[in-house]
Amino acid sequence: METITNLSPIILALPFLMFLFLGLCGNKLFKSNPNIAGWIGTAGLSVVAIVSYYIAIQYFWVEGKGADAYQQFVLFNHEWLKMTDNLVISIGFMLDPISAMMLVVISTVSLMVHIYSLGYMHGEEGFQRYYAVLSLFTFAMMGLVVATNIFQMYIFWELVGVSSFLLISFYFIKPSAVAAAKKAFIVTRFADMFFLIGILILSYYTNTFDFLKLTAVSDGHATLVNNTMCGEMFMGLSVTSIAMFLIFLGGAGKSAMFPFHIWLPDAMEGPTPASALIHAATMVVAGVFLVARMFPVYFFEAHDVLTIIGYIGAFTSLFAAIIACTQTDIKRVLAFSTISQIAYMFVALAVSGYTSEHEACLGYTASMWHLFTHAMFKACLFLGAGCIIHAVHSNEMNAMGNLRKFMPIAHITFGISCLAIAGILPFSGFYSKDEILVAAFEHDKVLYACQAFVAGLTAFYMFRLYFRIFWYSENPAHAHHTPHEAPMNMNIPLIVLSVFTCYSFFNLVSNDSYQLFSSKITADRVGFELETNWTIAIASLLVAGVGIAIAWVLYKEKNDKPDMIAGKVKCLYISASHRFYIDEIYLFITRKIIFGGICVAIAWFDRHIIDGFMNLLAWISRELSYDIRDVQSGNLQQYAWGFLVGVLAIAMFAIYY
Amino acid sequence: MIPVEAYLVVSTLLFFIGVYGFLVRKNLIGILMAVELILNAVNINFVVFNRFLYPDHLEGYIYSLFVIVVAAAETAIAISIIINVYRKLKDVRVDSINELKN
Repeated sequence: METITNLSPIILALPFLMFLFLGLCGNKLFKSNPNIAGWIGTAGLSVVAIVSYYIAIQYFWVEGKGADAYQQFVLFNHEWLKMTDNLVISIGFMLDPISAMMLVVISTVSLMVHIYSLGYMHGEEGFQRYYAVLSLFTFAMMGLVVATNIFQMYIFWELVGVSSFLLISFYFIKPSAVAAAKKAFIVTRFADMFFLIGILILSYYTNTFDFLKLTAVSDGHATLVNNTMCGEMFMGLSVTSIAMFLIFLGGAGKSAMFPFHIWLPDAMEGPTPASALIHAATMVVAGVFLVARMFPVYFFEAHDVLTIIGYIGAFTSLFAAIIACTQTDIKRVLAFSTISQIAYMFVALAVSGYTSEHEACLGYTASMWHLFTHAMFKACLFLGAGCIIHAVHSNEMNAMGNLRKFMPIAHITFGISCLAIAGILPFSGFYSKDEILVAAFEHDKVLYACQAFVAGLTAFYMFRLYFRIFWYSENPAHAHHTPHEAPMNMNIPLIVLSVFTCYSFFNLVSNDSYQLFSSKITADRVGFELETNWTIAIASLLVAGVGIAIAWVLYKEKNDKPDMIAGKVKCLYISASHRFYIDEIYLFITRKIIFGGICVAIAWFDRHIIDGFMNLLAWISRELSYDIRDVQSGNLQQYAWGFLVGVLAIAMFAIYY
Repeated sequence: MIPVEAYLVVSTLLFFIGVYGFLVRKNLIGILMAVELILNAVNINFVVFNRFLYPDHLEGYIYSLFVIVVAAAETAIAISIIINVYRKLKDVRVDSINELKN
């Protein structure tokens, strides 16, 4: 305990110092050899990763287990801003099962991305800046997951938004990158406004920001919230529900849930490793983490909101999966796949119970489990996509085809990750996705049907991607430039991440491995014995198999079937490939209705009424000043006139009055 | 015997002629002369009031002497300033002397 308390500040301090060092001195010190900046960043992150692993292992296997449940440790908590005696914003470090798991996820993916970027970003303008911002992001994300109070989380929440903005706009000479960065920042910021309002409502009633106090449960209630907010109504809705829904909207913005999903596909303008780290593995699951963190409050005090979250999640996952089937830019396919998979995690949370008895909180465990496995295989997919883009110099599927001959390592790791995301036994994705489906099945059959269908779609579009890149017919454009295997420092992260995806092979032979998540990460932190529901497992395997089979038929070799099918459902195909025109709707609402309609009236009011009133005041004082400025001319004789008239007037007054 | 009012009418006329000159003359020397007129109108008043109201006292006469002395000193200083201004600016009109620098 002593050791992990002493080590914990390193996790926040080291990435921050790296950011300051590389950001302030990187360009000057490493002008001739920018790679040193990359090595320093990677070395620093290795230390952070080792410390994170040490803390997580110590927590899960040595220190954390209390009498029956895992304890929540606050390793340190410094008072930062004191608003009232009770309402204090602190910066601290909280260790509980989900934050310990997130430490592992973030440090692993971040370290892999650091190593990978040494090769991928080699020779890029602004290499030092890239590593500085990666460190900033790691710092912010670590601060977010270990936050002891919701306001600290909000601060780091915005910091990850800033680092996301900086990385999307890394190629800031490209107008599309600048537009994408602005879009991402504005959309998530817009959602964060609701988050802030939610925090303020919650803290207004409960008079605290502290997670430990907010999520304390007794007698089937989140005690504090129940005591202070129960029965408070606003416009016919319970204030608790409003606050929790607003907080969820913040999470929906960061996690790209419908209708805030529009920024994520565009965010792929950033460098691919940054997309892997931020827009696939870690930052975009912050919304899931937020709901998981506040889960007792959602479950006991705002269950209606949790139901809404479930349906928003189900809709988003279906919606994004359909779009992913029609995209041709490989990074965009992965982006929509990410949206769809994060939506899975929300659905899992929504169908979860609280206690560990009778596997009631299976959904919660499955959500966190899927978060973990998804981070690993999606990062691997993105990094693999980066290798492919590096080799063929294009994001478009049409420029690829038959790459398995040229890039065996990328091919194998990409294939493993595709099998995992499709949910094929015994890859990690199978287990986590299967538990989500079981939880959904037990809770809500509609959600189950939807998610099972999405599982099939996922298998289809991922294998469409896989066959299209690695099989299919060779692109004639390759003739003059043979694609080649990426350098070793890009392949090692792929291999490491695939190993994480394949760890679940142990699940077949070892029950301890199978119970890894269910015994440690549960809503009430007690742990339960997980049993496989083979009916649903076989059903989902069949669905995934069908998806893969369809992809195999359509995309293994060049043929006209895909075009034929697209022609049959032309309307659906075209609208899906245009992402159901959601961007256009946004543009219509912002440009035509807000900028073109409402803002014109507001601008008129501002220019004519508000500015007009101020101009009137200015005009009056100017005219008055012109009129009276002759009084002070500096002309002595004129003053004498005034003096004389004054004296005469006083004399008259004295004499005749 | 000349009545006191006659003296006062003269001094009043003299005073207002001086005031008028002070206000409208542009030439510095003219203004200086106008100021002399004002001072002399005051001197007449001192002397007249002393002569008619308190013939046994001398304060009015003495004061008028003081005024003459001070006016002489003032005139000397003013003339020297005017000469210097003229040397610098080649002009003695008040409205052309509007700069402290130079």
